[in-house]
Amino acid sequence: MQHLWLIPALPLAGFLVNGIFGRRVSKGVINLVAIGSVALSFVWVLKTLAALGPLETPHVERYFTWIESGILSVPVEFAVDRLTAVMLLVVTGVGLLIHIYSIGYMGHEGGYHRFFAFMNLFMFFMLTLVLANNYLLMFVGWEGVGLSSYLLIGFYFLRKSATTAANKAFIVNRIGDFGFSLAMFLMVVRLGGLDFPRVFSAAQAMPRETDPGLLTLIALLLFVGATGKSAQIPLYVWLPDAMEGPTPVSALIHAATMVTAGVYMIARSAPLYQQAPIAMDVVAVVGLATAFVAATIGLTQFDIKKVFAYSTVSQLGYMMLAVGVGAYAGGIFHLVTHAFFKALLFLGAGSVIHALAGEQDLRKMGGLRRKIPVTFATLVCAGVAIAGIPPFSGFFSKDEILLAAHHHAPWLYWVGVLTAAMTAFYVFRAIFLAFFGDYQGEHHPHESPPSMLGPLVVLAAFSLAGGFLPVSRFLEPLFPAGEAHHDPALVVVSVIAGLLGLGLAWYLYVARRGLADRIAARLGALYQVVYNKYFVDELYNAAIVQPVVKGSEALLWRRMDAGVIDGAVNGIASRARAIGAVLRLMQSGNIRSYAAWVLMGSVVALIALGFSGGAR
Amino acid sequence: MSEHLLSIVLFTPLAGMLVLLLLPGSNKNLIRIWANIAAAAGFLVSLPLVFRFDKNAEGFQMVERYDWIPALGVKYYLGIDGISLLLVMLTTLLGFLAILSSWSAIDRHLKAYYAMFLLQQTGMIGVFISLDFFLFYVFWEVVLVPMYFIIGVWGGPRKLYAAIKFFLYTLAGSVLMLLGILTLYFQHFEQHGFYTFEISELLKLDMPLALERWVFWAFFIGFAIKVPMFPFHTWLPDAHTEAPTAGSVILAAILLKMGTYGFLRFSLPLLPKASIDPWIVQVMAALSIVAIIYGALVSLMQDDWKRLVAFSSVSHLGFCTLGIFALNPNGIAGSVIQQINHGISTGMLFLIVGVAYERRHTRMISEYGGLAHVMPNFSFVFAFAMLSSAGLPLLNGFVGEFTILQGAFETNRAWAAFAVTGVILGAAYLLWLYQRTMLGQITNPKNLRLPDLNLREWAVFLPFMAWALWIGVYPKPYFEVLEKPVAQLVERVRPDYFAQHALAVQAPAPGAVEAGER
Repeated sequence: MQHLWLIPALPLAGFLVNGIFGRRVSKGVINLVAIGSVALSFVWVLKTLAALGPLETPHVERYFTWIESGILSVPVEFAVDRLTAVMLLVVTGVGLLIHIYSIGYMGHEGGYHRFFAFMNLFMFFMLTLVLANNYLLMFVGWEGVGLSSYLLIGFYFLRKSATTAANKAFIVNRIGDFGFSLAMFLMVVRLGGLDFPRVFSAAQAMPRETDPGLLTLIALLLFVGATGKSAQIPLYVWLPDAMEGPTPVSALIHAATMVTAGVYMIARSAPLYQQAPIAMDVVAVVGLATAFVAATIGLTQFDIKKVFAYSTVSQLGYMMLAVGVGAYAGGIFHLVTHAFFKALLFLGAGSVIHALAGEQDLRKMGGLRRKIPVTFATLVCAGVAIAGIPPFSGFFSKDEILLAAHHHAPWLYWVGVLTAAMTAFYVFRAIFLAFFGDYQGEHHPHESPPSMLGPLVVLAAFSLAGGFLPVSRFLEPLFPAGEAHHDPALVVVSVIAGLLGLGLAWYLYVARRGLADRIAARLGALYQVVYNKYFVDELYNAAIVQPVVKGSEALLWRRMDAGVIDGAVNGIASRARAIGAVLRLMQSGNIRSYAAWVLMGSVVALIALGFSGGAR
Repeated sequence: MSEHLLSIVLFTPLAGMLVLLLLPGSNKNLIRIWANIAAAAGFLVSLPLVFRFDKNAEGFQMVERYDWIPALGVKYYLGIDGISLLLVMLTTLLGFLAILSSWSAIDRHLKAYYAMFLLQQTGMIGVFISLDFFLFYVFWEVVLVPMYFIIGVWGGPRKLYAAIKFFLYTLAGSVLMLLGILTLYFQHFEQHGFYTFEISELLKLDMPLALERWVFWAFFIGFAIKVPMFPFHTWLPDAHTEAPTAGSVILAAILLKMGTYGFLRFSLPLLPKASIDPWIVQVMAALSIVAIIYGALVSLMQDDWKRLVAFSSVSHLGFCTLGIFALNPNGIAGSVIQQINHGISTGMLFLIVGVAYERRHTRMISEYGGLAHVMPNFSFVFAFAMLSSAGLPLLNGFVGEFTILQGAFETNRAWAAFAVTGVILGAAYLLWLYQRTMLGQITNPKNLRLPDLNLREWAVFLPFMAWALWIGVYPKPYFEVLEKPVAQLVERVRPDYFAQHALAVQAPAPGAVEAGER
């Protein structure tokens, strides 16, 4: 027994303490509880992993039976294997850094205890998600992180845009969960349960499905869930709006951890997906399409957080591409490096926003590199990492994905390379707009406090050097062996693409400032379409939301409920009243006549009873 | 004493009512205190049921059986199985909490008000523990009267319309149900030579399918109006909206369950051939699914807070009936648990409307907004109730919904696929309601100085929340209590179910194996 339950239970305790007593205690106590609980959880992860050693086989702990009914039997069971180990380290490690950062960032905000309570609640659910040893328990974490995300997106609940974004996130995720739920029902009925080992051994006992069959269906339904949580086409629309939440939330939940849950889930289900190659192709193509489309939108945005949000969608698409082509270890490796550099990008953006008292528009920044140099330096570290410049972290993980994609189908590689070039462009576009040229705003930028800079520096170090972590090699034994493919030419091409993107950004936004606007103007309608995110939100609104709302109001409620059904009921009632008018003649108000009626009624009843056989 | 436990549970509220009637009507606080004591006593005396209940025993427990009207073969016959046990506990606890919640909300005709509630308690408990169809029918009708007065006297502006609609609707249903009961009664005489209303005797009937069908539809009208199933639901929004808070709580939490309970206790076991008739099952499932989606969609568009919650009940009860007519252990067990869950979640949601109404005297959603500022505790409780109702894992609603959907899926994949959309819409109408009432800026100056929850209100909400958490985190005892009666029901309707499943699934649940070998 390693007491794995302590890992999520510690942040849960933090949530309860701060949630109940937070309003009455000082910020110091809140910090101690919130950060202390995550730190202890991180320490417990380290201690557990040290004790478990190389983890050749998963370590399983069973606590109690949760649901036992009919053919359904679901225990509360945690397990640690190498994949979980990696996820635990990322979630608690990066989570801890972001908690520390939040002390400074949230220092001046109201609802301080509420913020930390929700963050701890998120940690609890996220850790449950990665520790779960069956799909239903994973779903508990899955829904729970959705709840925490809802609560934190809507943290500034005075703003209607924030609460609307929160609702949107929750409901869009519920749409994804539609698939996840159906997948679970299918597994129970057809694979005999929801425990990972059981599902996987049942799946592996079946033949590989070259034509769509049961496993393909299950895999695709699970993927529907993943498109919600990991913001893939067509359900990615909630993630950009989710930036309404405080920036540390964007970093932790909507970049580093929660949104990668879909990737984790598919990697976890690798034995199942391996048997369903068609589903894997769908995952790869949807992932790549998401990566590409989101990157194009990222090229045009001016809200610094929106740029990074679309970048997240795009990078998640990369991870999906990876697991879709069977490079599970590569996908998780990218998940890890992405957690470093994207958390850093958001926290850096937060530091910029903090310095400018809330300004998020890139056009009102500029020239900040001398004013907030540490933030600038760390953001550049994140930039070179995500742009895939060797030898920084993103280069290694992205490279692994692109090579695997090329091996699967060369066109995947080429679209991926194009996306990589755009990635380098939009990230450095944002950096150049914010830090070069002349300052366009009217605030007095100031560098952030050490509690914010500390996590930035740590994450910067990991963004630069994280590529040397042996994540892939550590994970490989877990997954079906792919062939080793290494082609230096392909690597060179992708690096050149990244450098080209970076160089173009330099040319347009530093060397020839203003040229970009002229190009945008020349592109006209095309630029407008991309700038307006392809009008997808408007499309969904017109095609789905409005029909549901209008139809429910006019057709179902007013016409059907009040009109048809109640109309019929009231019609019967008024007819009854007409009959009642006749019967009223019997109600003379005369007691004696009532008595007569009662007597007559009893006689009739008795006669009827007699005819039908009589009472004994 | 102990062999009369059920009678004690049944008549404690009634005894409390009789004493209440003797109290001086001028002393309002005395009446309040006594009513609360009587209701609390009603809950306390029901607690031994839980401890004395044997989850491994077959059939009914704590049975009491005496002649009542020998001439008609009517017995005073009480007993409980797991299904009854859960519903009785729901009744005694929520009855108490509903009475507690009325303390400051009701100020007119106090004595009559509390008397009606206590009388109603006895009626509802009687419905859930009667094993004689006649006795059941008496209690069924007894319940109708107090609720009619509760709505009609202490209700909102359109209380008379709502009360009469409620009364006539349910009365029409129960008349048809009575016809069904009498058919069974006379059939039993024809087949076995004596008159009886005892369920255990009526179970021995063997009727042709055509007749079973007729009786099924007669029962259906009675039960479906009570549940209410689409399209018999239109009394519900009016009744709920106009009823005083505690009345809505009882109406939603317990009265509606009389309908689902009727299906489980009577329709399924007494009419097994009709209950498995493909056409009937399809109609039941279709009506349930329509209720789930329709109720949710209409709920989405309400501008009256209470009416929104009322329509959500239609959607939630749709899950319960869908589970029943999935006709497998998961569906039925999930349905019973969801009935309890609905009592907890929707009970809370109505109490929440009540708290707001007591402070502002309006139910219109547009009158509110931003309450989270002035009433943080209230907004927390509301969020909790919302999540419990929306089926968030680790709270009660999820456990019921998931098992029902699993059961529905086992029977027909399409049912589950349609029903899951209700889960999505459920989140939508609740979150939107929450946003419009609790979040954002306070736009209405009247909301600026609302007091947060007081201690009594906390005392009402805390048991609900604790219960919701218990079912969400550790529902095992509930499934254990339900295992025997549910297996019995399934076996009665589908005698080959367990035999088939022992073969189809490699390792079925232990309970299934046992039942399969029996």
